[in-house]
This record gives sequence, C-alpha cells and structure tokens, in this order.
Amino acid sequence: METFTTYDPGDFYDELIDADGRPRPGAQLLVDKIESLPPGDLTMRQKAAETLLLKMGITFNVYGRDEGTEKIFPFDIIPRIVPASDWQQIESGLKQRIFALNEFLQDIYNDKKILKDKVVPEDLVLSSRTYRKECEGFTPPKRIWCHVTGTDLVRDRDGVFYVLEDNLRCPSGVSYVLENRQVLKRTFPQVFDDSRVRPVDDYPNKLLEMLQYLAPDHVARPTIGVLTPGIYNSAYFEHSFLSQQMGVELVEGQDLVVVDGYVHMLTTKGLKRVDVLYRRIDDDFIDPEVFRPDSMLGVKGLIGAYKAGRIAMANAPGTGIADDKVIYAYVPKIIKYYTGEEPILPNVPTYICDNDADRAYVLAHLDQLVVKAANESGGYGMLVGPHASQAERDLFAEKIKAEPRNYMAQPTISLSRVPTLVGDRIEGRHVDLRPYVLFGKEIYVQPGGLTRVALKKGSLVVNSSQGGGSKDTWVL
Amino acid sequence: MLSRVANSIYWMCRYIERAENVARFISVNLNLLLDLPSERGKHWEPLVLITGDQELFEEHYPDYTQEAVINFLTFDRRYPNSILSCLAAARENGRSIREIISSEMWEHLNTFYLELADPRFQPMALQAPHKFFKIIQMRSHLFTGLLDSTMSHGEAWNFARIGMMMERADKTSRILDVKYFMLLPEADLINTPIDNIQWTAVLKSASAFEMYRKEHHLINPRMVASFLIFDNQFPRSIRHCVNKAQICLERIMNGSANGAGSNPAEKLLGRLKADLEYTDIDDVINQGMHEYLDNLQTRLNQVGGAIGATFFNLKPLAEASAGQQ
Repeated sequence: METFTTYDPGDFYDELIDADGRPRPGAQLLVDKIESLPPGDLTMRQKAAETLLLKMGITFNVYGRDEGTEKIFPFDIIPRIVPASDWQQIESGLKQRIFALNEFLQDIYNDKKILKDKVVPEDLVLSSRTYRKECEGFTPPKRIWCHVTGTDLVRDRDGVFYVLEDNLRCPSGVSYVLENRQVLKRTFPQVFDDSRVRPVDDYPNKLLEMLQYLAPDHVARPTIGVLTPGIYNSAYFEHSFLSQQMGVELVEGQDLVVVDGYVHMLTTKGLKRVDVLYRRIDDDFIDPEVFRPDSMLGVKGLIGAYKAGRIAMANAPGTGIADDKVIYAYVPKIIKYYTGEEPILPNVPTYICDNDADRAYVLAHLDQLVVKAANESGGYGMLVGPHASQAERDLFAEKIKAEPRNYMAQPTISLSRVPTLVGDRIEGRHVDLRPYVLFGKEIYVQPGGLTRVALKKGSLVVNSSQGGGSKDTWVL
Repeated sequence: MLSRVANSIYWMCRYIERAENVARFISVNLNLLLDLPSERGKHWEPLVLITGDQELFEEHYPDYTQEAVINFLTFDRRYPNSILSCLAAARENGRSIREIISSEMWEHLNTFYLELADPRFQPMALQAPHKFFKIIQMRSHLFTGLLDSTMSHGEAWNFARIGMMMERADKTSRILDVKYFMLLPEADLINTPIDNIQWTAVLKSASAFEMYRKEHHLINPRMVASFLIFDNQFPRSIRHCVNKAQICLERIMNGSANGAGSNPAEKLLGRLKADLEYTDIDDVINQGMHEYLDNLQTRLNQVGGAIGATFFNLKPLAEASAGQQ
C-alpha cells in the first residue's frame, strides 16, 4: 500500500514530513491527495509517467552496438516541495555566490588582485588542471564568464542548506526539470494548481534572452546556436530540447567552420555567420588548435575567433577553475572579498589536503569523511569513508599523500530525504538540489531545479551514473 | 538551414518510405499467394532477388521459405534494408533533428520503432501477416500526414518531400519489376485469368487498383505498367513522384541567389522529368520493361547523389577555402 501512515522519516531531515510524522506546511495538500488514492493508483500513475517519458523519447543512451538500449532517466512522481522562505534564502544566496565567482574569474585571468592579496593561494589557482593560461588577459563579452550555472545544494540533518559544489562548465539536467514538470502536471493536476507552484517554464526564454544579450551590439538579429557533441552524448536530448524551445540552431562541430576569422555554419545555401554559441562541449574538446589536438568534436579556430570578439560563447572557456573542489573551499572568502558580505549560503566544512594540519586530520579520520578529487565529477574519484573498505581507504590515503593538491575532504552529510515510491511502498530516499542560474543582463535563478534522488536504500550518491533518479521540485 | 539537418530529414523520410515499401512488397506477395494454386513453392525467392541482396540472405538462411523471407525483410538487423533497420535509421536521423521536426512526428516515429523492435509484437508478422503489414503501411501514412500537417512547409519540409518522392519512385519501379521477374518466364500465362489476378495484386500493392479502374477500367498489363510509370495524377506513379520532387527542389532553389537549373541536382532531375513526359509505354516495351526500369533506377540514384553533393557535403569546399587563408 502506498501510504504515509506507516511512513518513517527516520533520523534525517525529511522534506515533506516533520519529526512528528505530520506533513510540513505546503505538503499537506499533496499528502492528503496521495492518502485519498485507492490502493495501486499511485503505482499506476508512476507507470503512466514512465511510459510518457519513454514515448517522448526522453532517454539516456546506453549504447550497445545492435540494440541501442535506452533507458529513461529514473523518475519518481512524488515531488519535493521547497517552501517560499527556504527558497528566498537559496535565491539570494545563489545570486551572491555566482556574482562573486564571476568577479573571481575576471580577476584571476586579468589583474590577479585576489592572489596578490593572498586571499586565495596563487599556486593553488595556477596549478589547477582547469586553469586556462589561454584566457589570461581576456575579458569576455559583457564581462560575463559563467552564464549558466547549476549549483548543487544539500540539506543536512539540522535543516540548513549547504553548497556542495559549483558547476560552472556545462551543467546539465535543466531539461529534466522542464519535462518532469510537464509529466507531474498531468499526474497531480489539482494538487499542483492548488499548491500555487512557481513556474519553471520560463527558463528557455530567459536562456535565449541571455544569449541574445551576449551578441555583438551591432548585430540586430544574432544567429545563435547550441553546440552539441552529437547524438551519442548522454545529454543530447537536452541540447536538442533547449535549441527547439529557443528556436535556435542545434549545431555539431562538423557543422561549423572558421573562414575569414569568423565562425560559420555550413548550410544548404552556403556559409552563414554565427554570432553566439551556447556550447555544451568541454573546454578540452572545443578547439583542437588550442586545446586537445585530437578532438573530433570541436571547431578549428573557434577560440581565435572568440578572443578576437567575433563570436560570443556561453560559458566562457576557463570557468572550470571555479569548479575545482579545492578552490571551492575558498569560495566563502571569495564572496567576502568581492562583495564585502558574509555568504548567505554556507559551504560544507572542507579540509584542504594541501594544508599540513588539515591533511593530518583527514588521514586520521578517513572513516568519517568524504574525500573528493579536485577535478572529477559524476560521483567518480570519490571516497565515502564510512561506507568504504579498509583497503579502499588505504588506497585513498596513498593518493592523498602522493598528490595532496588534488584532494579535499568533508564530513559525511546526512542528506535530507523525500518520500519516494519504492515498489508499492513509500520510503524515504536521500536527495540533493541543483538550481539553475543564468547570468545575463541580470542574474536569474530558476524557481525549482533538479532534485536528484538516490534510489538505492541508504545510498547518498545521487548521480545518474550511479543509480540516481530525479523528482519534480515545487517551489511555493 | 544546416546541411547536416537537410541531410538528416531527407534520409529520415527516405527510410520511412523504404520501410513502407518493403511492407508493400511483402503484401503484394501475400496477395498473390492467396490467388495462386498452392503447389508452386518459389514465390518468396523473387522478393529477395529483387533487392539484390540474395548473398546476404543465403549466408543466414537455408531456404526461401515464407518465414525466412519475412523475417529477413522485416526484422533482421543484419540486413540494412529490413523494415526494422530502416526504422532504426529513420529514428536516428529523426533524433538528430528533433528540434527541427514537430514533436508529434518525433513521438510517432519513436513509438513506431519501439513497438516494431518489441519482441512481443513480432510473432504477429507470421501469424497475421496481412494485418501486420497493413499496420506498417498505415503508420507510415500517419507519419506522412504528420509531416504535412504539423510542420511548416519550408525548406526542411521540401527536403523531406524530395527524400520521400525519390524513394517512392524507386520503389514503384521495383514493384513493377517484381511482377516481371516472377511472371515473364512463364509466357504461356500471359492474358490468362491468373495473369490478370496477378496484375490486380500488383496494382493493389501500390494502392492503385481503384484509381486504375476509374481511369482504364479493364486490367491490361500494358496499361497497368503505363499507369504506374506515367500517370500524372496517381501519387505513387513514377512520373508523379519525379514531378513533385522537382517542384520541391525548385522551391528550395528559389530562396537562393542561383538561377534555375544551375546545379547538377536540378539538371539531372529536370531532364528526368522531361524524359518521363515525352516517353510512353510503347517506347518502354520496345526497349524492354526490365531494361527501362533498370535505367530509371540508375538515373534516380544519380539525382540522389547530386542532391547530396550539392546540399549536404559542403565541408570539403569550405575547408578548401579556409585552407587558402
């Protein structure tokens, strides 16, 4: 039976149910609705939602040669609800953080004031694998570096939201936010209406406005493209979805060529100049002339045209430095340095292994900490101390000693949980939250975001590559 | 529009049309079998012969049984022109241009493929083949309907139509060829009741029987061939397909600076159109039906190649000019 009467919020912060087992404010309507359904009905709605996603072709490619097996990104129909007061803090906190990170990027590639003032150690920045020497002395159009950001937030047992990591390169997932919403509206139409959920659908429009804002001023009707690695990329659906929603071209590297110093598309009527690219290819692959020479995905000469101001690009190359998980530890200081304000959203406390005292503590407490490599993502290159074997911990200890610059550690956070349909029962599963932030004329935070859920019982890893799914996120 | 996109939409439609026509081939054979004395067992072999892929078939199947041939032509992923392979290719092309086609088209194409690939539905092809291949044809029609009614009739649509028309012209010529392959060796059957039944089946497989009746009334091999090649109004006749493709190409070119007839695709297609206008069935019979159709197929291929070279493969040119900087 799918019911809340036997639901156990456990020793965690539950997003829908309080410690006494009562629905939190804002979740009452939803809980009542689910309780009123006949047995089996919720499971049926879950199946219907999955069929709908498959039919819409919202699938991940798991490419075998023959079958072309595809899976839908697992989706749970019980939404996560964020009350307005929480959201207000998240929104202002993200605006502050993204503003400061943009200042940081502009500074370290130009005047390096923050390094000279020794707020962030210079060698830490310059030694990062994602620091791009090629960007030194460069100011991107409108002085914006990180146009699209997806910041991962987690809520601990104490009910406080922390920033877990910043994604300033090519964060993906926003299409799932939009599609999950479409599906959920059909699943719980009445509750959705009555709960007065803030709309997320404005995102493609905001994204388009931002991209248009980047175009050179003399171009009245800029040609905009979304640059994708192609259909074999796992986020291809999103690239195509966003370009369709914005009504702009979806281009691959093979569709573009630099002629006379300008970037052009190959069209049926010959060459056509492109003014703005929303690129979803990593720095490393974007231009074989400047970065990895073996890249088949990129466009030869693109960076040259970009630096000459002949094309705008979102995000700018070089933003990956702010994703470095060791630089992350300095973000509270970075915020303070550029804004003079205290951070509104706290970081998770972080130990920097390059720092002798921190490293000694980390090595002595590996069984309690989560260790992360500076430049890995997707849940790779990570040690979850309490869940790891002694052998795994020993291996990580060796790695840390060999390359302290490349590691940081954090206490294990008891991620908050949301009721989730498991078989025919409702059980708590751990979640995080990735809101999407656009930086154009103004900073816009999409009211919602991707709630990723670890579907495996007890698991804290929400990444889709490691058995994670998603939920719709209702901001009230 | 992007060359790659034009290429994908052109091939997406060609593959759908191809899948539909394979279903038509199989249907015509099923229709013929219903009306033929049962003792002769070689009715499935010509279907594979006409595809020119008997080598691949014989590699994997011992005999030309109904089951083997239907399986080969419908579900075999090793055979690139099986219905399932065509739909997979159409869908891959569709996936790469999802933002160009309407979501209705994409969702229909996606479901079409997913259901055909689902092993639960596959036994139906042998248990209720008439129904099964009818469904395939109807789904293809639904796709065409969605193309026409949910997508703007701009450049992308015109490329889609050219792809569809080129493929259809080619396949109508092959349907005619099947009949010749099967029956001409048995010259004693010409103009017998069985012969007429078989020509009726050919017409039916091209959905042409009723329209033919209205036009020519009596079934007569010469007129049937003439109808399928030269009729100006029947939408599956070769001439009609070539005319429509030519109109679409003209629309595409009108949007550009070049004058009419200036590129190889326009030249080849224009000449083919003129030839079809000034040829009649007697010329064809004098030349030999098979030879005529064979030559026609070669010319259709040349037009396809020229369209590719003119619109889809710009990269070499662009690279040459970039290299001169």
